Amino acid sequence: MKTDIILAGVGGQGIISIAATIGTAALDEGLYFKQAEVHGMSQRGGAVHSHFRLSDVLIASDLIPMGAVDVILSVEPMESLRYLPYLHKKGWLVTNTRPFNNIANYPETTEILAEINKIPNHLALDADAIAGQIGSSRSSNIVMLGAASPFINIEFSALENGVRKMFESKGEPIVLANLNALRAGRKFAEENK
Amino acid sequence: MQKLLLLGDEAIAQGAIDGGMSGIYSYPGTPSTEITEYVQNSQQAENRNIFCNWATNEKTAYETALGMSYAGKRAMSCMKHVGLNVASDAFINSAVTGVNGGLLLVSADDPSMHSSQNEQDSRFYGKFALIPILEPSSQQEAYEMAFSGFEFSEKYKVPVMIRITTRLAHSRSSVEIKDTKPQNNVSLPANKTQFVLLPSIARKQYKDLLNKQTVFEEASNNSAFNQYLDGFNKRLGVIACGIAYNYLLENYPDRIIPFPVVKIGQYPIPRNHIERICKDCDEVLVLEDGYPIVEEQLKGFLGNKKIKGRLDGTIPRDGELNPNLVGIALGIKQSYGQPVPEIVKNRPPSMCLGCSHIDVYHAINEALKEYTPGRVFSDIGCYTLGAYAPFNAINSCVDMGASITMAKGAADAGLVPAVCMIGDSTFTHSGMTGLLDLVRNNTPVTVVISDNKTTGMTGGQDSSGTDKLDKICIGLGVDPSHVRIITPLKKFHEENVRIIKEELVYNGVSVIIPQRECVQTLTRKNREKFKK
Repeated sequence: MKTDIILAGVGGQGIISIAATIGTAALDEGLYFKQAEVHGMSQRGGAVHSHFRLSDVLIASDLIPMGAVDVILSVEPMESLRYLPYLHKKGWLVTNTRPFNNIANYPETTEILAEINKIPNHLALDADAIAGQIGSSRSSNIVMLGAASPFINIEFSALENGVRKMFESKGEPIVLANLNALRAGRKFAEENK
Repeated sequence: MQKLLLLGDEAIAQGAIDGGMSGIYSYPGTPSTEITEYVQNSQQAENRNIFCNWATNEKTAYETALGMSYAGKRAMSCMKHVGLNVASDAFINSAVTGVNGGLLLVSADDPSMHSSQNEQDSRFYGKFALIPILEPSSQQEAYEMAFSGFEFSEKYKVPVMIRITTRLAHSRSSVEIKDTKPQNNVSLPANKTQFVLLPSIARKQYKDLLNKQTVFEEASNNSAFNQYLDGFNKRLGVIACGIAYNYLLENYPDRIIPFPVVKIGQYPIPRNHIERICKDCDEVLVLEDGYPIVEEQLKGFLGNKKIKGRLDGTIPRDGELNPNLVGIALGIKQSYGQPVPEIVKNRPPSMCLGCSHIDVYHAINEALKEYTPGRVFSDIGCYTLGAYAPFNAINSCVDMGASITMAKGAADAGLVPAVCMIGDSTFTHSGMTGLLDLVRNNTPVTVVISDNKTTGMTGGQDSSGTDKLDKICIGLGVDPSHVRIITPLKKFHEENVRIIKEELVYNGVSVIIPQRECVQTLTRKNREKFKK
């Protein structure tokens, strides 16, 4: 049993907290994992990604080989396409459709969605809208984690505990907002996958 | 046994805390920053009274660590690879003095230049200094090397380098923790001239260091960090250094490698294992992240054709290793997903919304409009991003502090006005001496110290000169009437342009200090305040 995930987004969009949440859950479940993060220069609004590997046996490489990724989890639509060479032909692309446009030559959203639609297994959702609807507007990244959760080999309750642990220092209202976000993402995935 | 979830950087920090460290001395630099930050945030480190404030630059950091070693305690100094260039004078000579308390240098290399201006390999420095090097392949090894490294250093009386690369520094995994060792008491070196490198003493100490080389080799031969793993297929042997071992293993899903493997985690390279693999195998593939340093040693000047690696193109000459490159070198077919669609555009990093450097660049660009382009010298920091559009505001970025000194050289050549754009932390790191050079000759350079009151690029660490920059400049001899503090905000744009223009025409040294806090650290502080 293994899940190899690429987390993608733009520096500052919170992919490190998604990774930390899965990591906390994995540690509790006694699973092996390795998580290669991006720190430094690219965090300033550049394209960022993280390799996250989860397994019940010892993991060798911190980097996932190309063509072996089970899930691309992207919090930004154009960024979801940047890592396609890594995606296994049976892998899932799960992405937020809300663009983060901080470059002059950002493509048309319709072009991006057309490319996403070409991927056999994809799930695209406006995580910001969903987060807004449930009153957790700052938790769109956790909505995305919820949406990708059916494709990650870890119990949903373990992810819920991960969210709780990640946010408990920020107080119960923030914990609940993020738990709602996680569940809303999961619900979307179950209804639309 | 307690398990912690740690970055490679953090594993080194925790290993050092548990290994009896009394002080950590560092200057921030990606990918090494998180080592010192971990110690700063560790309750255990605080309880143990471990010194952990940032130093002004890597040289002061390393020298201070050496001083702690002199006094008998265990010290560590951490930096990025190019930071070691700054500390190299102290570092190379500390191999000749030797140590008293255990001394570890952590140098974090950045192959593929994720956040750096080159991809130099720190192992060359270790070899240059003639000291042992440890290179972990996992977070657990990183922990253990830091944990046992102090004793190793004390046993052989030399500083020991731990060399990591970005991938391990910033990859997180679980690490088993050992029982904490006590710190050393203060005890001075038995030989009171050990640290006095006068030629007559240095010659003797250097001979001692040379004599230790066979001892270091013996230690490598017997080290648990170096292993010979036999394989049934002797057509090829593989030497895998540090993290490269993981990429090798990744290519064999059943985890059985058919070829003999030498896994290297400690240098000098283990002669026993190397001789064996070269004798037993038809060809030998060397896998190392960084420069082909082991490969070059084995290949030799005459080019032993048996040795494969970066030098013969089996592996690309530059860039970070990964499982696919290693797989190709092993002749294993790689599978790839779909190509990246053409519509996907590059998204380079950029300055944050509301960043003070943005207002500074708008003002500089406008003030310089009437001059020919190509006269702004800069260096390393968030402000280097001013090289990108729409600013296109700087013409150089070489090393920390080179902004001021290159502007001086250009002005000496006749490029007047020459402008320097440097950050506050970089100025105290390596700019102050350059400013003194300007003052000595009253060279017409307009120095802009863009002061955001932090070390921004690495995530907002304290900066040594905060709130003292104007006094430092005046103290170094800049005419106080040409030290101008401005506020880089849109509403002061016209006034700021006027002030810069005034200084551009002044025939001497000017310093303009735009002051406004980094939006990232300001947001963080406000959030903390809100929490309380």
